[in-house]
Amino acid sequence: MSSAPIRNEIRFLLNGREVTVRDVAPDATLLDWLRLDRSMRGTKEGCAEGDCGACTVLVGKLTAGGLVYESVNACIRFLGSLDGCHVVTIEHVQPVGGDLHPVQKAMIDFHGSQCGFCTPGFVMSLYGLWMKDANPSDATIEKALQGNLCRCTGYEAIMRAARAISDYGKGASDPLAVERAAVIEKLTKLRDGARVEVGSGKARLVVPADVDDFAAVLEAEPKATIVAGSTDVGLWVTKHMRDISPVVFIGHLEGLRRISEKDGVITIGAGVTYTEAFDLLSQRIPALGELINRIGGEQVRNMGTIGGNIANGSPIGDTPPPFIALGATLTLRKGAERRTIPLEEFFIAYGKQDRQPGEFVEAVHVPVPAKDSRFAVYKISKRRDEDITAALGAFHLTLAADGTVAQIRIAYGGMAATPKRAAAVEAVLTGKPWTEVTVEAALEAYAQDFTPLTDMRASAEYRMLAARNLLRRFFAETQGGSEPIQVSRHQAA
Amino acid sequence: MNKHSDLKAARIVGGVHSDQRHDSAHKHVAGTAVYIDDMPEPAGTLHAGLGLSTVAHGILKSVDLSSVRAAPGVVDVLTYEDVPGENDISPSGMHDDPVLAEGKVQFHGQPIFCVIAETREQARRAARLAKIEYEELDPIVHIWGLDPEKDKQVTTPLTLKRGDAAAAIAASPRRVKGSMKLGGQDHFYLEGQVALAVPGEDDEILVYSSTQGPSETQHMVAHALGVPSHAVTIEVRRMGGGFGGKETQANQCAAIAAIAAKKFKRAVKIRLDRDEDMTATGKRHDFVIDYEVGFDEEGHILGVDYMFALNAGFSADLSGPVGDRALFHCDNAYFYPAVHAKSAPLYTNTVSNTAFRGFGGPQGMVGCERVIEEVAFAVGKDPLEIRKLNFYDAMGVAGERNVTPYHQKVEDCIIQRIVAELEESADYAGRRRAIAEFNAKNRFIKRGIALTPVKFGISFTKTESNQAGALVHVYSDGSVHMNHGGTEMGQGLHLKVAQVVAEEFQIDLDRVKITATTTAKVPNTSPTAASSGADLNGMAAQNAARQIRKRLTDFAADRYQIPADQVVFLPNRVRVGNQEISFNDLVKQAYIARVQLSAAGHYKTPKIHWDRAKGRGHAFYYYAYGAACSEVSVDTLTGEYVVERTDILHDVGRSLNRAIDIGQVEGGFVQGMGWLTTEELVWDEKGRLRTHAPSTYKIPLASDRPKVFNVALTDWSEAYEPTIHRSKAVGEPPLPLGISVLQALSDAVASVADHKVCPRLDAPATPERVLMAIERLRAETADK
Ligand SMILES: Cc1cc2nc3c(=O)[nH]c(=O)nc-3n(C[C@H](O)[C@H](O)[C@H](O)COP(=O)(O)OP(=O)(O)OC[C@H]3O[C@@H](n4cnc5c(N)ncnc54)[C@H](O)[C@@H]3O)c2cc1C
Ligand code: FES
Ligand code: FES
Repeated sequence: MSSAPIRNEIRFLLNGREVTVRDVAPDATLLDWLRLDRSMRGTKEGCAEGDCGACTVLVGKLTAGGLVYESVNACIRFLGSLDGCHVVTIEHVQPVGGDLHPVQKAMIDFHGSQCGFCTPGFVMSLYGLWMKDANPSDATIEKALQGNLCRCTGYEAIMRAARAISDYGKGASDPLAVERAAVIEKLTKLRDGARVEVGSGKARLVVPADVDDFAAVLEAEPKATIVAGSTDVGLWVTKHMRDISPVVFIGHLEGLRRISEKDGVITIGAGVTYTEAFDLLSQRIPALGELINRIGGEQVRNMGTIGGNIANGSPIGDTPPPFIALGATLTLRKGAERRTIPLEEFFIAYGKQDRQPGEFVEAVHVPVPAKDSRFAVYKISKRRDEDITAALGAFHLTLAADGTVAQIRIAYGGMAATPKRAAAVEAVLTGKPWTEVTVEAALEAYAQDFTPLTDMRASAEYRMLAARNLLRRFFAETQGGSEPIQVSRHQAA
Repeated sequence: MNKHSDLKAARIVGGVHSDQRHDSAHKHVAGTAVYIDDMPEPAGTLHAGLGLSTVAHGILKSVDLSSVRAAPGVVDVLTYEDVPGENDISPSGMHDDPVLAEGKVQFHGQPIFCVIAETREQARRAARLAKIEYEELDPIVHIWGLDPEKDKQVTTPLTLKRGDAAAAIAASPRRVKGSMKLGGQDHFYLEGQVALAVPGEDDEILVYSSTQGPSETQHMVAHALGVPSHAVTIEVRRMGGGFGGKETQANQCAAIAAIAAKKFKRAVKIRLDRDEDMTATGKRHDFVIDYEVGFDEEGHILGVDYMFALNAGFSADLSGPVGDRALFHCDNAYFYPAVHAKSAPLYTNTVSNTAFRGFGGPQGMVGCERVIEEVAFAVGKDPLEIRKLNFYDAMGVAGERNVTPYHQKVEDCIIQRIVAELEESADYAGRRRAIAEFNAKNRFIKRGIALTPVKFGISFTKTESNQAGALVHVYSDGSVHMNHGGTEMGQGLHLKVAQVVAEEFQIDLDRVKITATTTAKVPNTSPTAASSGADLNGMAAQNAARQIRKRLTDFAADRYQIPADQVVFLPNRVRVGNQEISFNDLVKQAYIARVQLSAAGHYKTPKIHWDRAKGRGHAFYYYAYGAACSEVSVDTLTGEYVVERTDILHDVGRSLNRAIDIGQVEGGFVQGMGWLTTEELVWDEKGRLRTHAPSTYKIPLASDRPKVFNVALTDWSEAYEPTIHRSKAVGEPPLPLGISVLQALSDAVASVADHKVCPRLDAPATPERVLMAIERLRAETADK
């Protein structure tokens, strides 16, 4: 077993002070704790499922790049996962007795609040943005606000406020900037390399010391619930009231939070969040960057992991289809043993994955498409941003010198019980000239590959039609030309 | 004197017609604005959790709550048998809305019992342990397929009639008949339903309720408790959004909390989880609109016949008046030479639908604009041409084309000027040409544009609701306490009314204290609804302030022995003869002289009357107007779209506060757009709402608003009637500006068939509906 010392309490910074919590349930959410245990009621609950942003707070964590603050949804963030972090709520934005923060002033002057219920969440999201980018473009602001719903303003006033924040003050006098060195020092001190174990019996949580420790914990307790970003598991608790004990938190594990490229393959540790993966992925495989920008909202991207997106086995998870199209592999680990399998083989059936008891997802390896190949991924949802996929198609094409299809890998989400290759379509296309005629001829084969369902997101008919049309879109995209093939918000007019 | 008040100022700070920030803005941004769930709970507060029906229609055969009672933290479980008064909160007086289900359930999600526990979490968890046996009955889930003439209705329908529509249609050179499905809408106020009840002595109870209608909530709570209204006080400082969803829907939570609080003699709080809120509380009505229109070759409408079938859900609630208002707006801004229109509030086994910003009016207008489109496609003209041909006569034109289907004369029509100005400022003609060029060149992406008008009738059609009360105190230091019957849900009502009071006394706005709405200060108030908040309460507060001002004037005239007309209220001071004294000093002197410095004000809207049986009357005091021009891009492979640009010109009369009004216009438009585009309520065949959370029910995001969004107010308009400072209501009228987006999508879809076929795009126009409409048009034109 691990040699890590054991601690029986969670410690973190809450705004200006250090807190120690001994009595913490594995499924206690940060939001309830703030509002009920601490009577800090500036942070609101609008949905308790990560979709509205009323509960947005910032979480600061020490990373390889230093102290980073990110917006998160307190409603689905478990208290236990905050060990060693700095939690910043709306109460801390305006220092006691101090003047209002530039974000707050701009929101007031530009009439960014009406009923005001969403406002603390917007202030926190804009605060998080402003710390990173003092003069953001509209596209950047909209992206930062994808996870914040406002039912009153129609957003225009909030946008005006967001553009003007920097006119109200600079970052240097900001409370978090002023405290920065002290916070780093405190957080560093909190890192004692211990394994945290809190509770007993039916309410137990573990925060392993490192990846090896995690492997050991899980092997000893294969039924434990692994919680990475909790953007799925959070809802099991708030909506389904499922008992998840014992819980193993892994979001903090440095050993799972690495993303790097070697020999044309990008290896993404299971604990890498969408936000952390964005830079490298968007640079090396731009289509994936665009896709990530449409997964959840900023808060969900800051918490949610790619490992979790794969591990949950969902047929509508957004990363598996493009990864499958790119020929990704998955490394699973149990104790000290590892095995690596093609990603598509991980998904066996609805709700069933190739994961043994005690085993966990360690990393996914995504080959960067070759220069002469074409890769695209298209997501269709009812609402453009922060919505779950109705149908998603990923296409990876390599043409032979004679213009015929040397290889094509096509995978879809939302079309079957698992993320699934369009094997019959691929077969029809392979070896044929890459022409409109070939593409049109391949459309029939979709019926062999897919029998989609009707649900609240889309009808089977629409899914099938749109899925086929995505192949047409892909063909058009490979033909180049100046004609737009997709609607987009921020292309040059 | 207050250190801030300027005794030399030429104008007060914060009077009417000035752009003021929301009075609570500094608290909103700091998280210090207190909503009901944020209030410190009294010691010993218990928490309630609802047990909801899991079937849409059935007889309750047995309800076994023993495991619920045995669950940790549970104090007790309430059922209908625990309701001490009447188990009914029906706002229509039809006794069809039980607090807790009795004997049968009529929709999936209907509250059957209520767990009272030490914590909310315990109550929620325990509620899941009930063992309930139902004898399931077939549910009616949708209104399509129902017969609006024969199937069960929850209340009496309305018919409007002018001229002989059938004959006019039959005699018309051209005719079109069609039908449209129009979806409902969840309010999605960010703060869900919540109430905190604190028991008092004897039969007294105080309920903090997130309600738009405190008096109505008071009556319902009294009714359910079986006590007189005087025993019940309802208070609300602010709501985190309402939009009509807390007009009657707040009553259930308030009643349950009150019943439990009285029973256990402890404070009780109930706050619905988002999914429960969406499942168990009513929404905007979905409609099926059948229409037939007769017109000439130019596109003049000659006669029209409508059937507005609306999904009332299982009870009447406000469905009668909502259907009425749909009919009142089936003309939008157009004159119908002959018209016949009927409503059919149909019974289904779904949650009882209710008020939602516009209250049926927007649905009437969507139907109307579909008819305009039909005419346009039939005669081969731009829909905007047809619109302009059919407008009511402009104000001041001595014509005949000015009578509504309910026989009211439209006297204040300014839609022509609004549309003309917007057409110009939005460059409609130029962009229409550019779009045609774009569409000719592009295979996958098609653009569309539409400019649609709005005329919205202002007044409650229930005449007695058109009254308001206010209470104003001037304290001896000259500071003012303002209270009125309206409620604050973000629309800036309290601010506007405070501006009115400041103006009346000529004191700076910060001298006027805004206070929580409570039935103990102002009784018998109307819900803050029908856009009437500032119109009614502004007038009532002005009336109260004027009474006090008159007393101050009389006092000064008497004290200084001058005629009353030489007492003039100047900014923060009063000129008395040829000397000036500060307002505060005058007040102090008046107090010492024992002048009453408090007054209750009242207002009732003049002129209006409405005879529902005859379908005639002066239903509206006046109309508010506006127009929007929207352009969209549509992906013809997937149906996805973006709104490229929207220009709005909207009429609020002489605005009390332009900043607030522009916020209402922007927010209303985006909400209307959401209703007609991505907000889709989906019920499955068992009557279960599948879109009961923001993960599946998609309201607009910042990135859904128009890429270019220009909103302007008509700076030249003022109310035709003597409304409060000649301003006009602004809550609801902007919402149907969102129709421009639906029509622009339809225009883009039509381009795939060369604008030869009316797309008949139903709403909400999700990407799926848009793509299916494109496919249909392609198939139809391919056949020809
Ligand atoms: C508002 C909102 C919007 C969303 N939008 C999208 C979207 O657009 N597209 C999309 O694809 N998803 C979306 N999601 C879903 C979710 O964000 C993703 O599935 C996310 O990637 C899950 O990662 P996580 O770290 O939060 O997982 P968690 O919730 O922590 O865990 C998810 C599951 O994976 C397991 N697990 C996690 N890590 C491991 C591991 N290393 N080994 C084995 N098992 C593991 C957990 O036990 C659990 O079963 C959304 C969620 C929310 C709340
Ligand atoms: S409460 Fe809605 S995201 Fe947390
Ligand atoms: S101001 Fe009301 S929800 Fe945003």
